[in-house]
Amino acid sequence: MLLTLIRKEFMLELRRKAVISGIGLYMFSLIFICYLTFSLRQNSINEATWSALFWLAILFSVVNSVAKSFIGEKRGVSIYYYTLASPQVVILSKILYNTLLCLVLSFTGYGLFALFIDNPVQDTLYFLLTLLLTSMGFSSALTLISGIAAKANNSHILMAVLSFPVVIAILLMAIRLTKNVLDGIDRSASLDELLNLLAINCILTALAYLLFPYIWRS
Amino acid sequence: MKNWVKILGICLLLYVHTAGLLAEVPRLNILNETVRALYFHVPMWFGMTFLFTMSVYYAVRYLRNPSPELDRKVLEYANVGTVFGILGIFTGMLWANYTWGSPWHGDPKQNGAAIALLVYLAYFVLRGSLDNQEQRARLSAVYNIFAFAAMIPLIFVIPRMTSSMHPGSGGNPGFNAYELDYRMRMVFYPAVAGWILIGLWITSLRIRLKTVEETIIDIEDEK
Repeated sequence: MLLTLIRKEFMLELRRKAVISGIGLYMFSLIFICYLTFSLRQNSINEATWSALFWLAILFSVVNSVAKSFIGEKRGVSIYYYTLASPQVVILSKILYNTLLCLVLSFTGYGLFALFIDNPVQDTLYFLLTLLLTSMGFSSALTLISGIAAKANNSHILMAVLSFPVVIAILLMAIRLTKNVLDGIDRSASLDELLNLLAINCILTALAYLLFPYIWRS
Repeated sequence: MKNWVKILGICLLLYVHTAGLLAEVPRLNILNETVRALYFHVPMWFGMTFLFTMSVYYAVRYLRNPSPELDRKVLEYANVGTVFGILGIFTGMLWANYTWGSPWHGDPKQNGAAIALLVYLAYFVLRGSLDNQEQRARLSAVYNIFAFAAMIPLIFVIPRMTSSMHPGSGGNPGFNAYELDYRMRMVFYPAVAGWILIGLWITSLRIRLKTVEETIIDIEDEK
């Protein structure tokens, strides 16, 4: 059932190519604006600025892309899914699918940053690991919040307002890890943050799994 | 709420305000007399955490067994908790102005506290944007639990991982430095208990007020 639902998400995504290309373009524009703003003084961009710009670009594109997992879904369609599958399976499939989506977005963002701006990362493996863990965290937090926001009238504003305080814990960890990775500090120094990130992910995913059945009951 | 609890709360706070401003405190460098902020600033956070925990407790109970009374409790505990949080931030800023040199210092604890308040402000925005009463209660209860779990690492874990100028971390004197100073403990513990009791009292009053208001609306609807 889980696999079928994930496959359904993929097929829907591939059928609506405008949506996925819209997200890609959104991210590209964000990064291009960063590039244009800083290009006059290309050497002046230091590591802290790089990390701030990177995480801002990732955060905004991820919030916007995960938001659509429930927002914009037609009422009848969701009722149809719920007659077929249990809510737990629905949320898990969405979380897994969104993790992949976030991961693709983060990797693309990293590539674009390396291409246009700079690639100051010294420990690439750990940076990619950070991206993987943050993608998991973002997707489980944002999927549930998208489910909540979808029920309200002004869902897009609500999505941003509700999600930022929740993902700040993940972001803080990610920013700290990025700093270590940019400075090329010994890996053992980042282990604490990685484990912390993993713990936050577990909490958020477990809560999303437990709380989602109460959301879709309406 | 029992009457003796209210009287106890008032007495405790009367005692805290007199003793907190007049009693002897240890002489410490830089802190000097501002050490008295401990009696007024720290209890705010104890009170806020307590009230938010109560709010989450009722949110869990609401989800298991929905009823409008429980929803009112969830909302009012969050309301009063937010007021405590805002007071905590302001008292902290006042203190920081004298000891750190500026009201907002970008300290991890300050940032964590501000984010915790953002969570509950977002909670009120969520409540405001849902029209259906039953749906509003259910979704906001879900967000309440979710946000509380995301907030815990912010307030209790992250500040302890970074160096901070806040008393109690990074070699700065905190509770442990006053451990031998029973004079401060004699005021601090009553202060925490007193503020929590007052918080509970305000909350119970607000819940009663809200219940009356909703009953009036119901009666008017029936006419």
